[in-house]
Amino acid sequence: MNAPLAIPLQAKDFKSDYKPVWCPGCGDYSVLAAITKALAMLELKPHNVAVVSGIGCSSRIPAYTSCYGFHGVHGRSLPAATGLKVARPELTVLVASGDGDGYSIGGNHFLHACRRNVDLTYIVMDNHVYGMTKGQPSPTTEPDWSSKLAPGGTGLREFHPLVIALASGANFVARAFSGDPNGCASIIVEAVRHPGFSFVEVLSPCVTFRPEQRAWKDAVHPAPVAPTDDPARAARRIMTDDGFNIGVLYKGSRPPYAGRPAAPTASIEELECAFQL
Amino acid sequence: MRIPAIEASYEAFMSRAYAIEVEAVERYTQFADQLEQHNNREVAGVFRKLAEIEGLHAKHILDEMGWPSLPVLPVPYASGEPEGPETAPFDSLHYLMQPYHALEIALRCEIDAVNYFEDIAAGAADERVRKAAAHMAAEEQEHVTLMRDWMKRVPRPKAGWDEDQDPPRMSE
Amino acid sequence: MTAGNILLEAAAHAGYYALMTRTSGPQIRGGEAAAMLRISTYATDGQDDRFQILAAIDWQNVQRFASELPLGAASLILGDPAQGEPPEVFTKSGARYVPLPLKALAAKVSGGWPNMVAVGALAGLVGLPAEAVETALRKSMKKGLEGAIAAARLGFSTIETTGAFRLEPPRKGTARWLITGNEAAGYGALRGGVRFVAAYPITPATELLEWLSPALAKVGGTLVQAEDELASINMALGASFGGVPALTATSGPGLSLMIEALGLGVAAEVPLVVVDVMRTGPSTGIATKSEQADLGIALHGLHGDAPHIVIAPNSISDCIAATEWAVGLAESLQVPAIVLSDQYFGQARAVVDPPAFQDRKIERLKAANGVPYKRYALTPSGISPMAVPGTAGTEYTADGLEHNERGLPSSQAGDHLAQMEKRARKIAQLDPGEAWASIEGEGETAVLTFGSCTGPAREALAREGCRAKLISMRLLSPAQPERLKKALQGVKRVLVVEQNHSGQFLRYLRSEYELPADVRSLRRPGPLPFRPEEIHREVVKP
Repeated sequence: MNAPLAIPLQAKDFKSDYKPVWCPGCGDYSVLAAITKALAMLELKPHNVAVVSGIGCSSRIPAYTSCYGFHGVHGRSLPAATGLKVARPELTVLVASGDGDGYSIGGNHFLHACRRNVDLTYIVMDNHVYGMTKGQPSPTTEPDWSSKLAPGGTGLREFHPLVIALASGANFVARAFSGDPNGCASIIVEAVRHPGFSFVEVLSPCVTFRPEQRAWKDAVHPAPVAPTDDPARAARRIMTDDGFNIGVLYKGSRPPYAGRPAAPTASIEELECAFQL
Repeated sequence: MRIPAIEASYEAFMSRAYAIEVEAVERYTQFADQLEQHNNREVAGVFRKLAEIEGLHAKHILDEMGWPSLPVLPVPYASGEPEGPETAPFDSLHYLMQPYHALEIALRCEIDAVNYFEDIAAGAADERVRKAAAHMAAEEQEHVTLMRDWMKRVPRPKAGWDEDQDPPRMSE
Repeated sequence: MTAGNILLEAAAHAGYYALMTRTSGPQIRGGEAAAMLRISTYATDGQDDRFQILAAIDWQNVQRFASELPLGAASLILGDPAQGEPPEVFTKSGARYVPLPLKALAAKVSGGWPNMVAVGALAGLVGLPAEAVETALRKSMKKGLEGAIAAARLGFSTIETTGAFRLEPPRKGTARWLITGNEAAGYGALRGGVRFVAAYPITPATELLEWLSPALAKVGGTLVQAEDELASINMALGASFGGVPALTATSGPGLSLMIEALGLGVAAEVPLVVVDVMRTGPSTGIATKSEQADLGIALHGLHGDAPHIVIAPNSISDCIAATEWAVGLAESLQVPAIVLSDQYFGQARAVVDPPAFQDRKIERLKAANGVPYKRYALTPSGISPMAVPGTAGTEYTADGLEHNERGLPSSQAGDHLAQMEKRARKIAQLDPGEAWASIEGEGETAVLTFGSCTGPAREALAREGCRAKLISMRLLSPAQPERLKKALQGVKRVLVVEQNHSGQFLRYLRSEYELPADVRSLRRPGPLPFRPEEIHREVVKP
């Protein structure tokens, strides 16, 4: 009797034994499952993967994996990941963030990371709220959502991360939903495989501060058309969709950032010639 | 529930059935861990028990097939298909949930599993696969009964079960 | 500016030591500017008490920096009469005015410019050989070389000289270097092993980064231009976490932005070097001028208790060794190191003796394969083996959250105390050896200083009537109270010299060290550097 097909590592090999402290019901559990499944599917090894994050519930994720991790400061996951990937191009670098960490304090770095197009995969768990600090509006929160800091709502139009990513030059843009971990995993696989800056926005409900987001599972639907390679077209589609189109929406062909270390052509001492009289 | 595009062979089907059980074990174990972290030991215990039950079913398949003790999951579940029928979604939990809720979740999984296997029993091309699927469906139906009986023995949650006087805390 | 550079190079080729600093208005082009040169037969790290010759192509807007060009009764003002009389701010010194029609003379030569005539005239006045000037011109000028040489020759032959300003013959030595402080710091970083640089431009640090960009590529490193300082410091942290020694350079405003990430480097124990080329503050301040006022933020700017390294080079040449040392300490102690250079050093160009290099291989403590790997293991030295991503078996998550030995987040008192003590211990147990300070001379008076005040202080103490000790601190953090105590044996009086308004160095000394009862402070904010006679006056005061 034949044994079933073997794959070298499974999703559970990419999980550490450190138990997550997210609220039961949190979408981030699914994203963690999706990431570990994706890494297994990609046949990577945990020691060749690094997960870089900032601050927030979603940013807790590195220690929950068995990969190398960097839990940095609020909003600065993208530059840290950029430095890491440029210095160590052979590593697979995933960046994890949330809508607050990534689109508010991290907003500027988001623009430039898309523009710079370093080969990274940026996974943002968007729950339209600042969860860790107990429920303040985030850049993607609806204008009429009431909170202590902004009773009656901020009145501000929501940030549109996918369009911003397209306008700034991201090479791969996708929207995923935590309620479908396997679908999310296959999007992440594609994102990692795609060269350059791959951006995956994951709708990941916050069970504690936005319990009404349970309704998202009825609102999401697969994107009706295949991904385009025309950023303007993709942007138009995204600006006019209902925000629940799930799938890979844009796959570009910009060459990824080229500034990797090259083989040395001079010794340190040879540099002294420039100063010697 | 659509019939997954598995190979027609009996081995592939059993391997998939095994994967379903293993995924269920992992998921229930994760649920137990989460609830333990949130000091809901009673329900954590229920999920551990559920994990055990699924684990037994998994072992049963192993014994039947004569496979070595550490087989691996086939690739199917990372290719965009839904998770296995016995894998409850993460969003089904609430930190204040009661045993009845956990069993409700498990019951739904078992019913989904019955439907899943019945569909294959009705539609698969290979006769051996149809027979095996029918057998699986029957086993899952036993589990359905098990869950329903268990649910009768636990108290039904009263209104206000999810109220917590303590407000959420900031941790970072 | 070009003229100044030509003279500098001419002096260098003629075998002299030389130092050039510059000053200018804020205009990007066409603004008023002055080059300040010192040419000498001995090595020097600062300008003299006053200038002996002031040569002016014109007098436009000179008020902006007249105070940086002190003259004396024995000085000479060389000016073009077509530009008018020299302003009173200069003539009131008693200096003698010698008109030289630079523009008219330049017009006599095809392709001649007044500043080249001035170069020739100055060379003639101080006794630089014409060949040295021509060598310098050939090296620097791409266009108009013939005209420049002709104009310089004309100035050289036209100027009448009594020989009053003639230099003594140079002391030939081993081949010297011509370098700026910024280049020196960049070179020191490469020597130390830096192979990743994140860059965000800021005056006066930009040239350091620009020098590094091609140099790094030659030795197999890489530079990324960041979108802001928040990005550059975090990029450097990421690269360092990846196992590659990393650096960035900035000035005060940039350092303020980097402070949070420096704290992350301390907490997560990630090596990192930041060169702060200090400028006049606070806030935007005066971007093009020097000051020594970032000591406070460098030492105490991080929130929480975050022990780290602060090093101050004390000469242009020392920017190499100090930066190399900073990289070595950062790597071996797994901590951020701040190098306090300043605009004076950074942008001054000087002829220096070739640095004496020590073969010092300082590296991170490597992680062996132990199960389970404890990134933040409590060791006697406080230094834990540091795993490199890409290595199997030692996976860990670096974290700014307080953590236990394994690196998992912990809010427990025991873990916090243990990690705090570990991080403090690893810094405190550092034995810097003689490198901690430059100590010269003997006496009952000691001059305590750091950075760019060192050169003028050294000169002051070499003058008559001065029997005093110079202690120029290179390692500012961790403090070395035992070593200073030893150095101050027999010292009854201390003069603290620093270029900032509030006395940051004095406060630091008082908080970390024992000082004798008689402590005096000589301080002022930028932009005017201390002149040797100012320090000398204070030292000899009863």
